[in-house]
Amino acid sequence: MAYTTENNQSGVMTKAIKEGIFAGVIALGMFLLFVGIETYQDINNQLVWRTRWGLLGVFVAVAAIGRFVTVGFIKPHLDSRKLAKAKTGVLEISDEKGFFRTHFLKIALIFLLCYPFLAMLIFGRQGSLKYVDNFGIQILIYVMLAWGLNIVVGLAGLLDLGYVAFYAVGAYSYALLSAHFGFSFWLLLPMAGILAALWGIILGFPVLRLRGDYLAIVTLAFGEIIRLVLINWTDVTRGTFGISGIEKATFFGIWSFDVGAANNFNKAWGLPSSSVYYKMFLFYIILALCMLTAYVTIRLRRMPIGRAWEALREDEIACRSLGINTVTTKLTAFATGAMFGGFAGSFFAARQGFVSPESFVFLESAVILAIVVLGGMGSLTGIAIAAVVMVGGTELLREMEFLKHVFGPDFTPELYRMLLFGLAMVIVMLFKPRGFVGTREPTAFLKERKAVSGSFTKEGHG
Amino acid sequence: MVRPIKDRIRGNYMEYFIQQLINGLTLGSIYGLVAIGYTMVYGIIGMINFAHGDIFMLGGFAALIIFLILTSFFAGIPVALLLLVMLLVGMLMTGLWNWTIERVAYRPLRGSFRLAPLITAIGMSIALSNFIQVTQGPRNKPIPPLVTDVYHIGAITISLKQILIVVITSILLFAFWYIVNKTPLGRAQRATEQDRKMAALLGVDVDRTISITFIMGAALAAVAGAMYLMYYGVASFNDGFIPGVKAFTAAVLGGIGSLPGAVLGGLLIGLIESLWSAYFSIAYKDVATFAILAIVLIFKPTGILGRPEVEKV
Repeated sequence: MAYTTENNQSGVMTKAIKEGIFAGVIALGMFLLFVGIETYQDINNQLVWRTRWGLLGVFVAVAAIGRFVTVGFIKPHLDSRKLAKAKTGVLEISDEKGFFRTHFLKIALIFLLCYPFLAMLIFGRQGSLKYVDNFGIQILIYVMLAWGLNIVVGLAGLLDLGYVAFYAVGAYSYALLSAHFGFSFWLLLPMAGILAALWGIILGFPVLRLRGDYLAIVTLAFGEIIRLVLINWTDVTRGTFGISGIEKATFFGIWSFDVGAANNFNKAWGLPSSSVYYKMFLFYIILALCMLTAYVTIRLRRMPIGRAWEALREDEIACRSLGINTVTTKLTAFATGAMFGGFAGSFFAARQGFVSPESFVFLESAVILAIVVLGGMGSLTGIAIAAVVMVGGTELLREMEFLKHVFGPDFTPELYRMLLFGLAMVIVMLFKPRGFVGTREPTAFLKERKAVSGSFTKEGHG
Repeated sequence: MVRPIKDRIRGNYMEYFIQQLINGLTLGSIYGLVAIGYTMVYGIIGMINFAHGDIFMLGGFAALIIFLILTSFFAGIPVALLLLVMLLVGMLMTGLWNWTIERVAYRPLRGSFRLAPLITAIGMSIALSNFIQVTQGPRNKPIPPLVTDVYHIGAITISLKQILIVVITSILLFAFWYIVNKTPLGRAQRATEQDRKMAALLGVDVDRTISITFIMGAALAAVAGAMYLMYYGVASFNDGFIPGVKAFTAAVLGGIGSLPGAVLGGLLIGLIESLWSAYFSIAYKDVATFAILAIVLIFKPTGILGRPEVEKV
């Protein structure tokens, strides 16, 4: 017995060393040109190159040692744990949930309601600006967009890669209508939603026959067409310059947040002049919009239309055989999802005060879709967690000033934001292909609601 | 004798048109090469390899770096040799990258649900373009022109690089056609494409076949990347997306899964793009491409040469 384990051990080590060397050689081949050699323009503006063997060595060493450790130590460890668990025969299902897990949603909601005040208490008035705006509002916008897209992808199973188009429609309708007609935010918010929903129907109509990947590509094409039109239709959209000086949202028309206005919010309440109150107000607006999205999604899932969406996602042919009108089912999914995108868009325009086609590139669609899938399609909580992790995580990188002390003053963490975002997408998918929340709560059930594994549904909730 | 003015205009018109045809064919060959990578991967594992456009970009950068190294060590190196080394090393490097990406990001998710590999592919695409941005800098990288010879036939101008692009594409396509249709490897690929499980039962090493497919696709994309660099004389880290989507459009237009279709689609997209820019507006040339993609998918989702997919209940 002892002999075989020892033999096994040394076998694992030999294998680990071999795999490590192999990974090192592969990494050397991959990074030789792109990391080992740096191209740059010299003073004569000519392209020249220099070597970076040290950095290349680091890359190769990380790959080799990483592979060696994985094969030699981590994998045997995981295997033995799995084996031990299988031997005891106890499955890892516990019905008892801790206090935190049962009341997670309530705690999260209370935390979100207090969040701006907490930030102000801890970091002071100017210090909290960053936390309310960059983290709070930014993440909530993505939560809202992802929840909106979730209706299309997670519930109806229609893969949409051009969701950002509706976001753009919402933003530009607010920017243009407020600039030309002087309408207020509260009038234009629903109008932007309606316009986006209309575009959802217009773009949804021709693609009704398509399924899966083809649908994804056509929606991608539509998203790009809308962006290119925004760039090139300079008479209306002012092209790449964008539209600036967009009116701020008002406190339901009672108080304004413009510094010069007579009914300035800060003056009326005797507050010191600071933009943080406006940001706090915006935070509560987007929070309310998010809650609205979640509420509508949860209610719709219980209605015939929501069930039709989920049925459509699982099997379109069976759906049609049972007399469900797939045309209206698909169009309502597109329109509802687009409407929330439009809301988010008009909010975005009011918050930034500036819109340009730069904000509506394909990457944004990809990020939103990634959040939906990483969160575990159809699970609202999972999507919110994914948005916090992915968007908050990349925002956090901007804050990592201490890394400058580690890597030298030239190191700018922002540069690595999207690189890490892309890698994180891959890594999360590899370890949790069903997303952060892998279990599904069924809509229809007998006597008691039991969570089922995500593997039993095609995608999204069961 | 002076020709009537109408004829003269028509003559110029014709020459202008032919000129645009030549430009379109050149661009189309590049798209066609990239499209083959999309169509093969889609045919064999049913996945849109979103990172393929960035593999193409990577190929361009490999060629750029090789070019810089070779020209600084051997100043008077013959252009043919330079090109050959650029293409070969680029193919090797990019093949290695795509092999690793398939191994790390796609293979573990095979058999998982439909969206998982699509998301990792999008993640890889973002990671690759940002990797190049971080390691090589965000600025456009111009190189001096490689081949400058230009031939005039009447009023039509053909540059040597255009001829080179079309010739290299044709040679590669022939080699590729030979591999897919006449070798055991190609047979394994076709078998895997038709029915992966059955092919595995009959002794085809499916994993190996898929890996080789990725390497072949990447090698063709690398050549396309090098030729794109040669044609435009500039490389940039975000060059992957738009040509990638256009090549994908080409694959869909020709009928996804069909190799001749990918080439035909590439040529058509190249022609449409250059003719649209010439006669309508340059600003909206990408809109034209995307609109064609949408129209083809809506009215003929199988493309020009694709087989109709029968949905089994």
